[in-house]
Amino acid sequence: MLAKRIIPCLDIKDGQTVKGTNFVNLRHAGDPIELGKAYSEQGADELVYLDITASHEGRKTFTQLVTRIAEEINIPFTVGGGINELADVERLLIAGADKVSINSAALRRPELIDEIATHFGSQVIVVAIDAKCIDDTVHPNGHPEIDGKWNCFMNGGRLDTGRDLFEWAKEANERGAGEILFTSMNHDGVKTGFADVALRRLSDSLTIPIIASGGAGKKEHFRDTFINGHSDAALAASVFHFGEIPITELKQYLLKEGINVRI
Amino acid sequence: MKVAIVKYNAGNIRSVVNAVKRLGYDPILTDDAEELRTADKIIFPGQGEASTTMAYLREHGLDKVILSLTQPVLGICIGMQLLCRHSEEYNTECLGVFDVDVKRFMPQHHEDKVPQMGWNTIENCKSELYKGSTMPEYVYFVHSYYVPLCDFTIAETNYIQPYSSSLHKGNFYATQFHPEKSGSVGERILKNFLEL
Repeated sequence: MLAKRIIPCLDIKDGQTVKGTNFVNLRHAGDPIELGKAYSEQGADELVYLDITASHEGRKTFTQLVTRIAEEINIPFTVGGGINELADVERLLIAGADKVSINSAALRRPELIDEIATHFGSQVIVVAIDAKCIDDTVHPNGHPEIDGKWNCFMNGGRLDTGRDLFEWAKEANERGAGEILFTSMNHDGVKTGFADVALRRLSDSLTIPIIASGGAGKKEHFRDTFINGHSDAALAASVFHFGEIPITELKQYLLKEGINVRI
Repeated sequence: MKVAIVKYNAGNIRSVVNAVKRLGYDPILTDDAEELRTADKIIFPGQGEASTTMAYLREHGLDKVILSLTQPVLGICIGMQLLCRHSEEYNTECLGVFDVDVKRFMPQHHEDKVPQMGWNTIENCKSELYKGSTMPEYVYFVHSYYVPLCDFTIAETNYIQPYSSSLHKGNFYATQFHPEKSGSVGERILKNFLEL
């Protein structure tokens, strides 16, 4: 049976990991390769490296880093941040990334998804969607995720595009995305669990895997998103970086809870 | 030992070069017939679509070169599918080393997403490629087409139905999964191949 995946996300700025100083006695937690290796040894199923540098020089550093990651890491990894056109995708795939994650660029120009799918195949495209439940007054039951309106945001969550989450995810699916990485802005950083109601609706309406992101605070949240949210994978950053949830422990727990994970 | 990796128009070949290097070998990436024929071990890797990769192999005469090889050859992912007889992917005639046809996954339930993407187990492993394995073990897959169970099956995986995740016939070995992306388990499988 296909295993549910656990994916740590590493934010990279000028070639260094941004968070993550309290990680399993690792002397160089700022080194994206050392940190990635440590995660891999703990049992991470994939890694996501997100470039949060804005400058041109930073982009060059990031591409060089991707080459080194590909040389040293023996599990699949996705890279994202600042991908605007096909040439960016090609550069990162040639450097050795297994997948690329696109966000704002796809909202600005959805055809980019078709282009990447045609040139490199759907399996390399992760469409990342940052969405926020903007209207939680329409529901009588206090459950904004059920009948509230979810809007997609771009530019790092700063700009409301007005696009509906479920419609956009469906379009991305049809255009050839290989996976959807959905981050709930309502849940991100709050550590009260993933947006499982919305995730379930996404997962049940699309034909591609869904990665849950935003809201992980304890082990139970991962179990819940796999069982209630029907998520195929779960992504988190701070709970892993700060050693709050060791991945080895998390996987043992999930296995005990009857969830199929790779040990 | 000379390890050659077949250079053609499939994706993700660089990962195989990296993985072989991590095992301490210095592989060459080549489409030169002579280089390939004189190598001790050959890896035929890749990720891609059957008809365009097959067309490229024919155009460059690599189809004949691959069929003429007598040293151990390891096909990976699309490399394995191209070693079969025919693929449903754009109705493509393939190399025919393994006398079996490649089919498209047909989802039976909503959870059966295609492509299969992620970690799944290999079982009933019977080959020196799987020496030292403690089954069932997880390896990494990305594919929409599969090879049914057949006489050449040396490992099975269950996704929608049981199918061949690895094949063997004579000097030809193949894996549907990506050993180069399958952590320490994958490294052991690659090492076993290189030490055949």
